[in-house]
Amino acid sequence: MIDFSLLPDGGMAWLDASGPTSHLVLSTRVRLARNVAGRVFSLRNTARERLAILAQVEEAAAQTVLLHRATCFRLDQLDENDRHLLHERHLASKELAGLEGNTAVRTGAAVLLRDRLGVMVNEEDHLRLQGLHSGLNLAACAQEVETLDRELGQRLPFAFHSEFGYLTSCPTNVGTGLRASVLIHLPGLVLTKEISKVLQGLGQVGLTFRGLHGEGSEVVGNFFQLSNQTTLGQSEPELLDHLGKMVRQVVEYEEEARQVLWRDVPAIIEDKVWRAYGLLRHARTLSFEEAMNLLSGVRLGVGLGLIRDVSLYALNKLLIFTQPTHLAVAEGAAVDDPELAVRRATFVRTTLEAEAGRRG
Amino acid sequence: MRCTQCGEREAVVELTQIANEQVVTLNLCERCAAEKGVETVGGLGKTPIGSFLASMGSVEETGVDPDRAELCPHCGASLADFRQSGRLGCADCWHAFERPLRELVRRLHGSSRHVGRRYSAPGLEELRDGPSTEALREQLRLAVDAENFELATELRDRLRERE
Repeated sequence: MIDFSLLPDGGMAWLDASGPTSHLVLSTRVRLARNVAGRVFSLRNTARERLAILAQVEEAAAQTVLLHRATCFRLDQLDENDRHLLHERHLASKELAGLEGNTAVRTGAAVLLRDRLGVMVNEEDHLRLQGLHSGLNLAACAQEVETLDRELGQRLPFAFHSEFGYLTSCPTNVGTGLRASVLIHLPGLVLTKEISKVLQGLGQVGLTFRGLHGEGSEVVGNFFQLSNQTTLGQSEPELLDHLGKMVRQVVEYEEEARQVLWRDVPAIIEDKVWRAYGLLRHARTLSFEEAMNLLSGVRLGVGLGLIRDVSLYALNKLLIFTQPTHLAVAEGAAVDDPELAVRRATFVRTTLEAEAGRRG
Repeated sequence: MRCTQCGEREAVVELTQIANEQVVTLNLCERCAAEKGVETVGGLGKTPIGSFLASMGSVEETGVDPDRAELCPHCGASLADFRQSGRLGCADCWHAFERPLRELVRRLHGSSRHVGRRYSAPGLEELRDGPSTEALREQLRLAVDAENFELATELRDRLRERE
């Protein structure tokens, strides 16, 4: 099995709820798409070329400050469970992990990781530089990724066009190659039914939303990933500034929605929160979706100060460890084991009991 | 995947909705999607990339006869390949199909001009000899900031060698 002990915090420092606005924003991600000049893009190149690109990236990364001694996971050499684990921890995309439809994992697919930074190699683009921070932390996250970009760009020639900017495989990423996103919990806006309006509004100002795992993933547990839709025609600081402003606006809307709910229907909200907590503390079977939805209720309860004996960090960890592969691997079971729902309920119960004991 | 509505036909579209205070995602077949007023493949033409990809490679759009379409000199990809996959073959495709791509990029991003960070790739000399002294100094500063003293020592030695 994959050795996560090679990474500090198993690559999940972004879950520690230490960043700004952590009660609403789980994490901030900034990624830059880059390609090595003179080399064919991933869709048309050969296994040999991809291995050459990986060797080139590894050599360049070894000479940088930020990825010096990074851990390299070769996805093309990992079994499916391990690839799922990296994906469930948000460290590798579904495409890189070869988990999309019938497409197999590409030869040379790898991810280099160190602290909050990483580079996916041989994804849709040759390099996807990414930073992952706890809470709403766009500026700090972007700064780290940009520094890494400068460091790598001095050692690897990136494909750049004087008019179009950084050249990418898909025209939706061209220009800055920058996609910044925040994973935000919006139960208040969902309960007040304001969410559609807010999401529509975001669409009109050039932002888009996705589910927990980014592109192509479903919205579960009222978690939305908000990100910039366009990558060209605005500078990196402008794109980041705009997203930051809009996210802060959404944070305000969510706070207002919670105040309205608490003012107008406190009994309903209290009931919802405590029912969710009660079910998680006592249920004997839980599907992943049900667990996510109930955890959303508990998170709202913690945010409203109703539940005091559960930390956000514990809730964040449950988000990762109740996913099918994490749970199956921890329990030594198969991913399609029908008993997994029982094991999930036991795991959640034990975690919440320990939390209550620790804090109570 | 089967349609979540009728359970009979193949799902072709994913629809995220808010129902009963929960966000639900439905996978729908074309007919059920149409009943819910959702555009499917036929509606693809209404999105910028969809209509562009649909018309790309046609004589009207490109001024090029698709049968005698030009290929990217570096990777051999054609506009028809891009139309099919939505992905370009290599950086040179951006030069080979510059005109239609400029049009697409304008529709997608509202602009075709990159105004972000400029970049010049390292020259052969720089790739052979490593970064400039100035870049090494900057890196040394970073290494010290990051408390990566091992690398800082290495960098200091390399700088001394040069000086």
